[in-house]
Amino acid sequence: MTRQLAQGAVGEPLLNVGIFGFFVLVTLVIVVRASRRTRTAADYYAAGRSFTGPQNGVAISGDYLSAASFLGIAGAIAVYGYDGFLYSIGFLVAWLVALLLVAELLRNTGKFTMGDVLSFRMRQRPVRAAAAVSTLAVSLFYLLAQMAGAGGLVALLLDVTGTVGQALVVAVVGVLMIVYVLVGGMRGTTWVQIIKATLLIAGAGLMTVWVLGSYGLDLSALLGDAAAQSPRGQAVLEPGLQYGTSLTSKIDFVSLGLALVLGTAGLPHILMRFYTVPSAAEARRSVVWAIWLIGLFYLFSLVIGYGAAALVDGGPARISSMPGQENSAAPLLAYQLGGELLLGFIAAVAFATILAVVAGLTITASASFAHDVYANVIKHGELDPDGEVRVARITACVIGALAIAGGIVALGQNIAFLVALAFAIAASANLPAILYSLFWRRFNTSGVLWSMYGGLVTCVTLIVFSPAVSGTPKSMFPDADFALFPLRNPGLVSVPLAFLLGYLGTVLSKQTDEAKYAEMEVRALTGAGAEQPTPHRGPGGAEVDHAPAP
Amino acid sequence: MSATERADGAGIPPSANPWVDAQRNPEFAELRRRLRGFVLPMTALFLSWYFLYVLLAAFAPEFMSIRLVGHINVGLVFGLLQFVTTFVITLCYVRYANRRLDPLSSRLRARLEGDPR
Repeated sequence: MTRQLAQGAVGEPLLNVGIFGFFVLVTLVIVVRASRRTRTAADYYAAGRSFTGPQNGVAISGDYLSAASFLGIAGAIAVYGYDGFLYSIGFLVAWLVALLLVAELLRNTGKFTMGDVLSFRMRQRPVRAAAAVSTLAVSLFYLLAQMAGAGGLVALLLDVTGTVGQALVVAVVGVLMIVYVLVGGMRGTTWVQIIKATLLIAGAGLMTVWVLGSYGLDLSALLGDAAAQSPRGQAVLEPGLQYGTSLTSKIDFVSLGLALVLGTAGLPHILMRFYTVPSAAEARRSVVWAIWLIGLFYLFSLVIGYGAAALVDGGPARISSMPGQENSAAPLLAYQLGGELLLGFIAAVAFATILAVVAGLTITASASFAHDVYANVIKHGELDPDGEVRVARITACVIGALAIAGGIVALGQNIAFLVALAFAIAASANLPAILYSLFWRRFNTSGVLWSMYGGLVTCVTLIVFSPAVSGTPKSMFPDADFALFPLRNPGLVSVPLAFLLGYLGTVLSKQTDEAKYAEMEVRALTGAGAEQPTPHRGPGGAEVDHAPAP
Repeated sequence: MSATERADGAGIPPSANPWVDAQRNPEFAELRRRLRGFVLPMTALFLSWYFLYVLLAAFAPEFMSIRLVGHINVGLVFGLLQFVTTFVITLCYVRYANRRLDPLSSRLRARLEGDPR
């Protein structure tokens, strides 16, 4: 795992650490303050449902714009050019699925987790267990990606290239994230997301304006320079550099595109954010805010990516040779533009990004275990909410430990790719079941289980037997070869299969609950009986005092 | 007016389950028709448009590489158009939801929750 240091670290390590330390200090104070208002389960899991749409929209973009988006996409564009751009388009268009089909209906029918919606009209225990298994799988993959990103980032910024040093940094990130989640719950985590998203978008915006400014707002000239600097020349402006070499790799590209566009609305940590607002209308507003911010950010990353190729001394060749490889494109560009100070700021923002995203993932995974598995499967729903929150806190510690261990193993992997795999699992295991459950009257327990376990098992199996894991020099295990499946991205097979299995599982079982479907559909569309904000934080007495629907 | 009485207004005999009554209510059917009538075709539209882009990028790189102005080629413009359509569809949906969905759904909700609005 140890990579040879190509050139020393850039910037001033002490300054980078100092700015990051300041961010940690400020957010810790906010998290501790937020903890004073965290009393009930609804406070811990859903921040009392008291955030406004715009606040939640900023927090969603904070959750979504992970290190993979910031470092991975800018780096992919800098080195592979146009093919890196596809990631950002898939990541953005995906939000329309969440906006049109999922967000509001989910807010109206669920309480804390994805399992709440999926099990609404099904047999509780098996469906909640499946939802929790899938939530944990997606969240752990995503966590690994972020942790691996943290390792790569310190290699570049702090000149820490030994395995032990990087592992230590991963451990520190993991411990901080556990503290945020334990102390602040969802309210504290949300504020961390809001602060981080603001810094990230501002930082990326500054770099974008700087790059465009140095070209007199002439995008074409910037692209020309990027092509001139690149060893691949004009090809970086055209599709195909990363995925255009063979028919297999072209199909792989389509498969990636499918997973990206359908994965977002199945990411448990994104779905859980819709419960932090008081109503479906606010959930809609949050998605709209998220779409604007995320779209803007990806436009920035296009400029940053090509800007790094054009402006960094030594161009893409040097970027690839740095510790952290293409993930170092954005930090190197920051150093080129604004010297140590801007680099320190961008580095701190990147660290903050990793920290905030892993905190969001951890609270989701722990909520799913405590609420779905422990309270409803093991204790049959007879656990008091305090007990549930206690279990969630213990789970958060366990997940934190797992993420630290897994992150150390995953050091050196391409983080955008690891995130793409998490999206593939979300698109296969979660999205088909969510859509069926919201839109198909006949859907039943057996359909959920077939679709979720079928999607999950297919997806993970195909990844294990893909060239990403073995058989090529860039694989996880380059010396072994059991790559029986030709594609690196499994979505093209596993997503349609999960839809098909959900259909077959449903029609082959007689079970169906018309009355429960009536309740679910009426509640989903009208918001009757939806979870209300916590009274002591409610926006107005009248709203909060409503009796629940029949 | 309580939830069990609500169905009378719609001229349908009440059943044992108020949710089933609410689901049979013609106003609710109208709400469902309006929601699905917008989101399902729109989803088909933006997914087709997106996959057209993905397939062109994968299988027609020569087309995507045609230069339009300076170093700006078809692929870049196509990609940026995906941003534009995403923003436009978002705006259209918000407008549609505010005008055609929200008034109906909040009226139904108020009735279900026994609010005399």
